[in-house]
Amino acid sequence: MALKLAQRPKLGFLDAFAVPHGVDGYLEQIDPLLVRGECRAAVSRVERLTPESITLTLRPNRVWRGFEAGQFVRVAVEIEGVRHERCYSPASVEGRGGLEITVKRHPKGLVSNFLVDRARPGMVLGLSLAEGDFRLPRRRPGSILLIGGGSGLTPLTAILRTLLAEGYERPVALLHYAPDPERAIYREELARLAARHSNFKLLRSYTQAPGLGEIDGHFTPTHLPEADPCFAEAETFACGPPALLDAVRGTWANGLEHRLHVESFVPPTFVPVGEGGEGAIRFAESGVEVENSGGSLLEQAEAAGLQPAYGCRMGICHSCTCRKTAGTHRNLITGEVSSAPGEEIQLCVSAALGDVSIEL
Amino acid sequence: MTTATLPKPDMPPAPASAPDSLPLTSEQLDRFGEELDAIRGRVLADRGQRDVDYIRGVIRAQRGLEAAGRGLLWAGVFPPAWLAGTAALSLSKILDNMEIGHNVMHGQYEWTNDPKLSGKRFEWDTACPADQWRHSHNYMHHTYTNIVGKDRDIGYGILRMSEDQPWHPYYLGNPLWATLLALFFEYGVALHDLEVERQVKGEIDRSEKRELRRGIWRKVRGQALKDYVFFPALSGPLFVFPLAGNATANVVRNVWAFTIIFCGHFPEGTHEFSEEETENETRGQWYHRQLLGSANLSGGPLFHILAGNLSFQIEHHLFPDLPANRYADISAEVREICERYGLSYNVGPLHRQFGSVVRKIGRLALPGSGGSLFGRAIRAFG
Repeated sequence: MALKLAQRPKLGFLDAFAVPHGVDGYLEQIDPLLVRGECRAAVSRVERLTPESITLTLRPNRVWRGFEAGQFVRVAVEIEGVRHERCYSPASVEGRGGLEITVKRHPKGLVSNFLVDRARPGMVLGLSLAEGDFRLPRRRPGSILLIGGGSGLTPLTAILRTLLAEGYERPVALLHYAPDPERAIYREELARLAARHSNFKLLRSYTQAPGLGEIDGHFTPTHLPEADPCFAEAETFACGPPALLDAVRGTWANGLEHRLHVESFVPPTFVPVGEGGEGAIRFAESGVEVENSGGSLLEQAEAAGLQPAYGCRMGICHSCTCRKTAGTHRNLITGEVSSAPGEEIQLCVSAALGDVSIEL
Repeated sequence: MTTATLPKPDMPPAPASAPDSLPLTSEQLDRFGEELDAIRGRVLADRGQRDVDYIRGVIRAQRGLEAAGRGLLWAGVFPPAWLAGTAALSLSKILDNMEIGHNVMHGQYEWTNDPKLSGKRFEWDTACPADQWRHSHNYMHHTYTNIVGKDRDIGYGILRMSEDQPWHPYYLGNPLWATLLALFFEYGVALHDLEVERQVKGEIDRSEKRELRRGIWRKVRGQALKDYVFFPALSGPLFVFPLAGNATANVVRNVWAFTIIFCGHFPEGTHEFSEEETENETRGQWYHRQLLGSANLSGGPLFHILAGNLSFQIEHHLFPDLPANRYADISAEVREICERYGLSYNVGPLHRQFGSVVRKIGRLALPGSGGSLFGRAIRAFG
């Protein structure tokens, strides 16, 4: 599940001396950040904004190409000798040096708990280049509405900070949902920004502490006019738990979809594919064939004892992409069905419909 | 098939029955397989930081030795620098090929998800392209170990290493071919998949191998330019010193790798198999074949590292994708299981096992099993 390696820089004659390991194979023995073919970052600063989260400032190596506010990166950490990758959205201002990510503790989160407990300045992490289409349009919109909950606040914070830092003067509003003030990440900074910028309207709802925020309860369309009377004309960015996003999608389902941008951080719940649990899945390179259970190809490959590369397991990062040589598959996120052979498909969000052969 | 095992002091007696009439019942073989599976499962569950730290430590040592070796050879006009540089570079190449390359490319560290330890991506400091090696070695050799006609490691298409290979006057040169193979082993390995001898016989068409030839040429060119052009050029008019040092290091690595690898499958007491007798093998039978076809080398920890832990050839063939640094830990248990089932666990020091290989190479230069009076006379000199 390696991070997509950045294009190996051409070093010409130097690499000819370093065949076959490349100059990187020697540079990384001196300092892991010196490599030129792989993006990595050192933790340069550690803050704890809430008791259950950690905010890391990363100093990427020279492979890093920057990000656009709203995009995510895949961060790789090594735990007990095994490298794990997770997606995090930087919360910092785009185009500035430091890369800030905030990680929230999760009850079963291996990587998040590791980072919250163990991240220290100097720790080296794997990093992908920035990815994702959830980002501010280059041409900044006339008004912007941000809706976020939980750790979904991080890409929205990047968008907000970037807008305010570049002197955006049009209205921008943030609907922020958190259980209580204690667990609301970036609470103090958001309040400061709201006090300083009259075009920024901050509406907070503490779902387990009603009365403490400007609004109460989970997201409902009635919160919208309070944030922006002309919300239908605003470019809207929403990120957070599935229930929040479902409610938001429902509200924008009447011809306004083109104004809504959504980023999900949680794996979508897969509806078991009724007509899918038939046929056999052949993992051609491993010479393994299993009965199709209808679950994702990644899970079925793992259940068959294979160790396919994977990353996000939610259809974002393409770490698990493999070539389907034959058969029909269904994308579990989009519901799209395709029988085209030779497709590169994402195993984690694809299920087989009947016999399928995968180059794995 | 080899005849009865020669008695060896530190080896339990071989089973009395011939290996092709299996000495164990199929139930016994099943249980034998289950016991080995249990070892495998235990190690798999226990893999972790210590294994990663180990292999990274070896990589670090290799890169350091290589840098030191190249630096010293740059000043190779001074004899002590030449000697030290050649020694360091030889060690670097041996570590790179044996303990790092061979084992990483087996996927022994793939569970780490570290791209630098990925079996699919690793490339090593030798003439053979890694992707071709993965096919000929990981798949062909490890799946069809010691099956005559399938496992090309039996003689590399050049030597007669089994009585089951029909004799031909060409094999009178067995000792000479073996010496040449040892000296140029990296090229022997690189040409492995081309199956040149089958092309000569007209069994396969030359054009089938075009892609492979291209890959080999690319790899060989890069390696040769580095060792024989670029680094020597850095020493200007004194280029001959690094050139000679690099060539020596390559040959030292070649001879070492040849020695270790041939000791893994060809000492007296190891068996070859026919395709028929290995059809529809159970897991227990597969383990059994891997055991009978492999032989270990005894020695100290440094020896095992330089041998890429192929000195635990038996454990490696039973469990090719367990991290090699674990073979030493499990070897006593594997041996105990083998002894309990009355199976021979072939182990001996390098000089004895290699001596046995050398005798076999000489013996099989002659027709049949080389058991004639003439053959015995040759052996007496071997």
